[in-house]
Amino acid sequence: MSNDILKQIDKAVKEHDIILFMKGTPEFPQCGFSQRVAAILDSFGVRYVAVNVLLDPAVRQGIKDYSDWPTIPQLYIGGEFVGGCDIVSEMYESGELKTLLEPYLPADEA
Amino acid sequence: MSNQIQTAELERLIKASIPDAEVSVRLFSGDDHFEMEVASASFAGLSKIAQHKKVYAALGHHMRETIHALALRTRIKT
Repeated sequence: MSNDILKQIDKAVKEHDIILFMKGTPEFPQCGFSQRVAAILDSFGVRYVAVNVLLDPAVRQGIKDYSDWPTIPQLYIGGEFVGGCDIVSEMYESGELKTLLEPYLPADEA
Repeated sequence: MSNQIQTAELERLIKASIPDAEVSVRLFSGDDHFEMEVASASFAGLSKIAQHKKVYAALGHHMRETIHALALRTRIKT
């Protein structure tokens, strides 16, 4: 795994407050798990960057190496790995995700 | 070995590396989409991510090859 892909991923993760590595796009998700996480983020109205890992096999594998996490989607908030569909869903249900997203909520909602 | 894996084998793998684990696993679609809950006292003090990573480590190469999708819930067994 060339480490410049890892550097590129690290740069993207650090540059964007909220970044979701997913299969497909929020408008056209290609996998139910990716769709669910995108929908959860959309429900908060937060701005986020979505990276379609299906476009580049190096990114699709690189992100798994970067986080040492075997699956897609992967959500990062504030440069930190939050989890995949299971953990994000659990955090959404417990309200923990809203707390994490607080600084990034649109003005009128905060 | 066929690349199919049975739920009993998944349960055996989890218990082999997490001895006190209570495991419930079901096939939820096709032959490689699984739903699994794992409860263990060894999860105490671990973040959710670390708990899930412990389960993925127990599943080893199956996570990359035979399991296409795994909906996983972990619980601390008190």
